[in-house]
Amino acid sequence: MPVRQREKPFGFPKPETPHGEIVILEERCKGCGFCIEYCPHDVLVLSKKFNAKGYHPPEVVKAELCVDCGFCRMICPEFAIYTYELKTGEKP
Amino acid sequence: MSVLSELQKASLSPTPDFHPENHPMDDFLRMDRMPHIWCSTCGIGVSVNCFAKALEKCQIPLDQVVVVSGIGCTGRVAGYVKVDSFHTTHGRAIPFATGMKLANPKLKVIVFSGDGDIIAIGGNHFINAARRNIDITVICVNNFNYAMTGGQLASTTPEGSVLSTSPFGSYEFPFNLPFLAESVGAVYVARWTSLHVYNQTVSMVEALKKPGFSFIEVIAPCPTIFERQQKMGDGLDRLRWYCENSDIRNGASTKDVDIRLRDRMVVGKFVDVERPTYLEAMNAHYRERLGSKYKDYEG
Ligand code: SF4
Ligand code: SF4
Repeated sequence: MPVRQREKPFGFPKPETPHGEIVILEERCKGCGFCIEYCPHDVLVLSKKFNAKGYHPPEVVKAELCVDCGFCRMICPEFAIYTYELKTGEKP
Repeated sequence: MSVLSELQKASLSPTPDFHPENHPMDDFLRMDRMPHIWCSTCGIGVSVNCFAKALEKCQIPLDQVVVVSGIGCTGRVAGYVKVDSFHTTHGRAIPFATGMKLANPKLKVIVFSGDGDIIAIGGNHFINAARRNIDITVICVNNFNYAMTGGQLASTTPEGSVLSTSPFGSYEFPFNLPFLAESVGAVYVARWTSLHVYNQTVSMVEALKKPGFSFIEVIAPCPTIFERQQKMGDGLDRLRWYCENSDIRNGASTKDVDIRLRDRMVVGKFVDVERPTYLEAMNAHYRERLGSKYKDYEG
């Protein structure tokens, strides 16, 4: 199938993948690594730095891959990370 | 904070009242009580997230929501959420919630507490509230031990678990909570783990909307005590274990969902039935007996 056809399924333009902006509130983090482990696009890694509590907060390495799925926000037990869609500015 | 300053530099802040340093959960939490006491990789905070999301999805005004907790690690939830809440004595969260629901049936009453509190110390209250089908939602975070007091054996501890009061492994038969809840009359019973955040949220929404006694068991890691004593690693290792070893079986017979220490675990929504709630039954009964002399009780 030619590529052009695949890009217009049912005659509609292909929906755009949402892009999320990640905010990490480092001082709240307890370094559990849940967000790092369960990000479907491996956007986050454990950073080398410490916060005031002595934990390693996560660090964004592939910011452009975030799709604003919000899983990191839901799985964070410390309310320390969230994402929002840049276009509309709505909080997830 | 690097992300923050970058945001401000690029003036990406989309609306004037958008403050990136405020987490969306901040509106729901008593921020003066933060940081909370839960250990790193404990699963309780995850359930609080799910609960907030569920309330948001149900669009219940927060001034009609009451959260009642007992004692224990999960018992701290009442102190952290910015809704009307009460931190009761050990095991007495359900009777307090019952009284509150009967005094003002318009309230949404949620009991958010641990297994030691709801099932062990308050077990009798649990079975009687379920039997009467009081219209409350019970969220029970099950970490298989009395964590706050140092890891004593609880009534949910799986056989063979090593804890501070069972140094050679437990030999007691534990409760199977969904089976217990169903057999005493709960109209909604579900079980999820801390990893199943979206399923947990959906179940909480359904439970909040369900008239009658709804019960959600959340299997949560307790890295500091339970997982450490069983040499299971920390909470993250435990989430990986949940991921590999839990089968989602909605509608499974609750008889078959008991938990063994290292066996696969069944999660899902097990029970969703209709039964008149306590107040409905009371009103119907007196209407029938007393006829027009009786005026329906509405609080
Ligand atoms: S929103 Fe999803 S994709 Fe983005 S960082 Fe969080 S978990 Fe990863
Ligand atoms: S889930 Fe939260 S507490 Fe855990 S590492 Fe990520 S930001 Fe930190």
